[in-house]
Amino acid sequence: MKDFAYVAAPDVATAVRAAADAPGARFLAGGTNLVDLMRQHVERPDTVVDISRLPLTSVEETKSGGLRIGALMRNSDLAAHPLVRTRYPMLTQALLAGASAQLRNMATVGGNLLQRTRCPYFYDRATPCHKREPGTGCAAVGGFNRSHAILGTSASCVATHPSDMCVALAALDAVVEVEDVRGTRRIPLADLHRLPGDTPHLETTLAPDELITSVELPAPAAAPSRYRKVRDRASFAFALVSVAAALEVTDGTVAAVRLALGGVAPKPWRAVEAERVLTGAPATEESFRAAADAELAPAVTLDGNEFKVELARRTIVATLRDLAREGSRA
Amino acid sequence: MTQAPPAPVTEAPVLGAPVDRIDGTAKTTGQARYAAEFDHPGLVHAALVCATVPRARLVGIDTADALAHPGVLTVLTHENAPTMRKSPSPGLPDISTMATATSVTYLNTDEVHWNGQPVAVVVATTSDAAKEAAALVRPSYEPLPATVDFQAALPDARPQKRNPFSPAGGAKGDAEAALATAPVSVDLTFTTPMHHHNAIEPHATTAVWHGDRLTVHECTQTIDWTRRRLAHVFGVPVADVRVLAEFVGGGFGGKGYLWPGTVLAVLAARVTERPVRLALSREEVYRTVGGRTPSTQRVALGSTVDGKLTALVHTSITQLGRIGGWPEQVTSQSRHLYDAEHVLLRQRQVELDALSTTTMRAPGESIGTYALESAVDELAHRLGMDPIELRMRNEPDRNPLGGTRFSHRRLREAYALGAERFGWAERSPEPGSMRDGRWLVGWGVASAYHPAQMFPANVTVRLFADGTVLLRSAFHETGMGQPTTQAQIVAHELGVPFEAVRVEHGDTALPTGPPAGGSMQTASLAASVRAACADLRRSVHGLARRSGSVVGRQRPADLVARDGGLFGPDGGETYAAILSRAGQSRVDAKVGSDTGLGRVTGQLRFAARMVRDGMRWVRASTGAQFCEVRVDPDTGEVRVTRWVGAFDIGTVVNAKTATSQLRGGIVMGIGLALSEETLVDPRTGRIMNPNLSGYHVPVHADVPELDVAFVGDPDPTMPLGVLGAGEVGITGVGGAVANAVFHATGRRVYDLPITLDKLL
Ligand SMILES: Cc1cc2nc3c(=O)[nH]c(=O)nc-3n(C[C@H](O)[C@H](O)[C@H](O)COP(=O)(O)OP(=O)(O)OC[C@H]3O[C@@H](n4cnc5c(N)ncnc54)[C@H](O)[C@@H]3O)c2cc1C
Ligand code: SF4
Repeated sequence: MKDFAYVAAPDVATAVRAAADAPGARFLAGGTNLVDLMRQHVERPDTVVDISRLPLTSVEETKSGGLRIGALMRNSDLAAHPLVRTRYPMLTQALLAGASAQLRNMATVGGNLLQRTRCPYFYDRATPCHKREPGTGCAAVGGFNRSHAILGTSASCVATHPSDMCVALAALDAVVEVEDVRGTRRIPLADLHRLPGDTPHLETTLAPDELITSVELPAPAAAPSRYRKVRDRASFAFALVSVAAALEVTDGTVAAVRLALGGVAPKPWRAVEAERVLTGAPATEESFRAAADAELAPAVTLDGNEFKVELARRTIVATLRDLAREGSRA
Repeated sequence: MTQAPPAPVTEAPVLGAPVDRIDGTAKTTGQARYAAEFDHPGLVHAALVCATVPRARLVGIDTADALAHPGVLTVLTHENAPTMRKSPSPGLPDISTMATATSVTYLNTDEVHWNGQPVAVVVATTSDAAKEAAALVRPSYEPLPATVDFQAALPDARPQKRNPFSPAGGAKGDAEAALATAPVSVDLTFTTPMHHHNAIEPHATTAVWHGDRLTVHECTQTIDWTRRRLAHVFGVPVADVRVLAEFVGGGFGGKGYLWPGTVLAVLAARVTERPVRLALSREEVYRTVGGRTPSTQRVALGSTVDGKLTALVHTSITQLGRIGGWPEQVTSQSRHLYDAEHVLLRQRQVELDALSTTTMRAPGESIGTYALESAVDELAHRLGMDPIELRMRNEPDRNPLGGTRFSHRRLREAYALGAERFGWAERSPEPGSMRDGRWLVGWGVASAYHPAQMFPANVTVRLFADGTVLLRSAFHETGMGQPTTQAQIVAHELGVPFEAVRVEHGDTALPTGPPAGGSMQTASLAASVRAACADLRRSVHGLARRSGSVVGRQRPADLVARDGGLFGPDGGETYAAILSRAGQSRVDAKVGSDTGLGRVTGQLRFAARMVRDGMRWVRASTGAQFCEVRVDPDTGEVRVTRWVGAFDIGTVVNAKTATSQLRGGIVMGIGLALSEETLVDPRTGRIMNPNLSGYHVPVHADVPELDVAFVGDPDPTMPLGVLGAGEVGITGVGGAVANAVFHATGRRVYDLPITLDKLL
């Protein structure tokens, strides 16, 4: 790992000032992703601003009936928080489906939002990768791409955003609050991550020195919800496909639906098209399939990840089917 | 004097007891030290620079930035490294040449032979500085044409090289003709990917030179071979090299040979005249230590309508590096498992510009049983016959090839025991016919098989006047519990309490022990420990006679060793009493000699015995693996939910450590079946998942409770009746899982691992 300057920030003002003063600085939260990447020489910051002690670790109720979650809250604490468990069970499920207990004890909300792709070529400096080194090429196309994206990709990059938590946050319409020396702003989660286009190295709409301070969840919906993660082993593996869904059925008709997908796109993927097809449609297996098909119609596959289309379709249908059943029992 | 020594009490409860590991506390409290944990004054750290191309000539290597990095002492490259001697290719008579992992003379060549070959080693005062400086070294390559794609190279396969521990093919009758005319037949092709060992302790070396004398703390399964190879490479006498490995954090075959890290750590210490530690990262282990070969296999079976096998064909193609590798005995189990009238076994290989493949837990049988046992299951399905019934109808009385006798064979008993515990009789035969809620349930079964052999083992056993005993032998504790089991054997043989036995191991200063490989350590040591203990009892009896003990007045044959002494019909005495009356502070017994001559005769005797035993008996550990899976009908996710393994490993010396060995094998087999795969980029030969995030070993949630049962019948031809336990556990697992998946879904997967995409 390269030598770097280290700034331990006691408060937000110091953190954002330090980041503004040192271009190319990185915030260090739980370090579970950043430190790995530094060890791999993929990230080589000159300055690391340690934000792990910032007092941004609480969950507060908002006036509108939602929650504001501090950006330095640990994934494990957030998953276990009574208000999250009872009002946003999908979020708890998503968090607990991620990584391992040890990693969740370290990982923070902010770090989870900004964790980088797990594309193996991105981690290996010996291979070409536009995201790591713009202009070098993409080794995943024509290489191992079984875990790669099928929606929202570009010719220059086909990597996924690997987070589980973010998929639930996308379904829940979360809003991210950020701060820098210039002030604060609010970014809907859907607008936080970018698609790769020609610039896969630009992953978010944040300025390099902007600090995520909290995530706000709107008031919860009453509908049954679920996070379903499909992976290569029972635990401790990234999603091949995941589905965050909430489904409200009235008189056999879909009254409201929220659907987001993980493991299939460069960003947490809100399945807007599927939601449109479903809303007002009969809550049947046929509708679920039609909705999945509509969402997956634009999928572009590679040699290794063709199965993801069928897997995503089946997982969407199975999750909605379960929720419809659960809803009709309630 | 060849009088029979006093006999041990055969029913002594210590043998077979589930004794806790004697080093358990040391390990769990961090007191047990591993190769990277030895400090020496002035210790410095090394880091490797590994090639990023498969084959090339180095045209330059820029080390300026690395040398300028704070803390860096030197950067060794092919331009400045002192010359080392090339280690000879593996072969007899010097069995330690087996440890030659590759033919490459690291840093004494400008040639790159595989993607990952070390091309420089950086030495610095801290490990961080060494690693960062390694990233600053810039090699320039002139690429050379390379063959790195196993699948693409298959047409160039050539007959497999022989190796004394890796049997070649075999034939009986005309199997292809019998196959063509068989009333019922299957002819199937299977593929398995490359695998890596992933021992919990990544490879590490701490090397110290005192002048021309070398001490190395090394994580190895073969300290004696390592010592001899290092002495050769660095041109110093074997006696001046000491290798220590008291504790090793798992090996599975990946620590059997001399990989580049060890050589380069010793070289770095030589050049810098400082003690050097080189602790490989997980990635560096993948890049510089070989893995299990990928394979493609054909299994064809022909049978009569009532399930009698008329033809068995098993062929394989596996991979070697051009620079070396293990000839994988993929068809090994097919020589012994089924009584087919006509047999054809053939093994071929391709050579790639890749790192040598190497032994990994049950080389051959672990992947060979997957293919063979899947094919047997398929045949049973086509015959409409229970797969156990089909196996029993073809259970041989003698070895199917050559008709050699089995030393003993308890596969029928293993199946009966396993079927009972598993509840096999409840199985509904039709695929897809068993369900649990939305889950598809499948039950599968497969045979486990691993040959039993022995290495030479030198030991000394020392009895002290206080009645305690010390066993000394340079054997290995790589996690299997060997010091504990050997202490049990000593306690049993001398009739002393288990607690009275101390064991010293893992140091070449001790009598030369056997390598920890091929499931051979326990039996190899047991043979010598028994002989030494018999010798010791004889000496004690002699002492007793000369000093007027009641023990000495009885015939040895009438005495038994128990309660810390020798006792007969006319009474007895403790060892302590006998030694104190005789005025002796200790009595030693020794088996094997470590002199040059002793070593040569030992090896000759060993080779002769191997040949002779091989002609007399076929010896093996066997077992029956029973597996239940649940498959999600929507997503194809497979979960193993129940397991029973019933094994014949001969005498069980320690029920606890033996069970752990077998469980460990089954866990590794579940990985082989469902998730493990080294991703080698076919364009570059580069491993793309060199870490535990991308290489999926089973995690706890993937493993159900594993019920392990023993037939428990001693093998009459092995010391104490002991067969090996280290590898048989992984064999058959791939087949049992694949067969259970077939039973659950009606889909047979011919290509490991059985990931969910193959079931959609
Ligand atoms: C082996 C392994 C398995 C894993 N499996 C999963 C999985 O199955 N599912 C899953 O979702 N995740 C998984 N993860 C990823 C894990 O969730 C992330 O590493 C973790 O959430 C990152 O959080 P952190 O606090 O450690 O971030 P850090 O590593 O500290 O930071 C990550 C990035 O975010 C930036 N950052 C952090 N906080 C802020 C902030 N407040 N404002 C601005 N920038 C910030 C950092 O500068 C850095 O660029 C796994 C990780 C590992 C190592
Ligand atoms: S998919 Fe993206 S991250 Fe992966 S190699 Fe291609 S450009 Fe790099």
